[in-house]
Amino acid sequence: MSETAAQPARGTSELVAVVEALIFVADEPITSKLIGEVLDEDKQAIEAAVEQLKQEYENRDSGLQIREIAGGWQIATRTEFHEEIRKFLKTRPSAKLSIASLETLAVIAYKQPVTVPEILEIRGVQSASAIKTLLDKRLIVAKGRKETVGRPMQYGTSKDFLIQFGLKDLTELPSVEDFEDLAGGLT
Amino acid sequence: MSQPEPEIYTFDFHKETAEILAESSDELKLKIGEFAGPLDLLLYLIRQEQANIFDIPIARITDEYLRFIRLMKSLDIAVAADFLVMASTLIEIKSKMLLPRDPTAEAAGEEMDDPRQELVDRLLEYEKYKSAAQMLYEKTTLEQAVFARGKIESDDANAEIDAGVFDLLTVFQKIVARRAEEIKMEIHREEISLADMIRDLKRRIFETGEVSLIAFFEEMHSRRELVTAFIAALEIVRTESVKLIQKKTFGDVILRKV
Repeated sequence: MSETAAQPARGTSELVAVVEALIFVADEPITSKLIGEVLDEDKQAIEAAVEQLKQEYENRDSGLQIREIAGGWQIATRTEFHEEIRKFLKTRPSAKLSIASLETLAVIAYKQPVTVPEILEIRGVQSASAIKTLLDKRLIVAKGRKETVGRPMQYGTSKDFLIQFGLKDLTELPSVEDFEDLAGGLT
Repeated sequence: MSQPEPEIYTFDFHKETAEILAESSDELKLKIGEFAGPLDLLLYLIRQEQANIFDIPIARITDEYLRFIRLMKSLDIAVAADFLVMASTLIEIKSKMLLPRDPTAEAAGEEMDDPRQELVDRLLEYEKYKSAAQMLYEKTTLEQAVFARGKIESDDANAEIDAGVFDLLTVFQKIVARRAEEIKMEIHREEISLADMIRDLKRRIFETGEVSLIAFFEEMHSRRELVTAFIAALEIVRTESVKLIQKKTFGDVILRKV
């Protein structure tokens, strides 16, 4: 005598609709796994539903889009409407990172976990204030100490980094070797 | 007499970057570049000289680099230590290249190490991350054009809704405890003025006829009150028709109405 009333099997369109609702309410990108747990559905079914939802948004030229960010799904506006949105929100784009901070972030993103002396080695310049800026902006996090002389702190990128740079995961970063052509092209 | 300077450079070393502006005689400022470090400046100079990075004309580049450093100094700009480290590296490479090759090594057919090799490797490595930084810049610019939904009201967003009866009780107990402490302090601090003390003592003497000084002093809560009580007693003896009676040495003193 099973007490658990079996969930009425959802039809495809119902599943797509409830997935949309969950992605909408989630503060942070929500993973297929988490959606599956909440809905008691397997991951494949969720991923198929998300895919269909994405298609629906695209097909009707929606002002919104379903994006894969930091390993999860997010509803966000389309880039085309940024001017109108800013006009409404009365905001300006937030201050951009300095060249020094961006370079430091690039080294950390590709070399993580990486220590301050290792960053200095590549950039040829002290990066202390850039590292502080990146920590303050939660783009990087401390990732333990390296077992070497002085046990320096190691840094790596955070989930916020993926979110703020619109990345699915770290593998989405172009390979650093791809930049070699550019570097070699300097003659 | 003095020729107009063809160009003046100003450097800005804020936030670890050097900004070099060329100023022509008509006060027009031209931004030549912004340098994120000595390697960045070096890459710029190599490009300016249209030199091959794999065959850097080290003497010329070193001279150019030092010219920039000197300009910074002449403009009273503190040159970041890292820029000076690079200057010394360049000079070291330059001097190594001037040294004649070791003839014995050459005779043995050994490959001569190019003194520039390490620097070239560093420049190439740095250039990769410079490009990566550019890529990140483009990504973040694009990302700033996308807006996600704001926070929805939830217990997490409104922590105070989360409080139950027991939370209220705990807070209440804390307040009560603090209040008790405060009261204790007030008693401790409460002081009676000399005028009040005199009035009080006088009233008791005239109502009861006599007052034991020891009993009166024992009612006092603090040293200060004791002192006040003592002065009050002296004052009353001086101004009122009150007698001091002591029956035996070191015995109790009685204040008695005459």
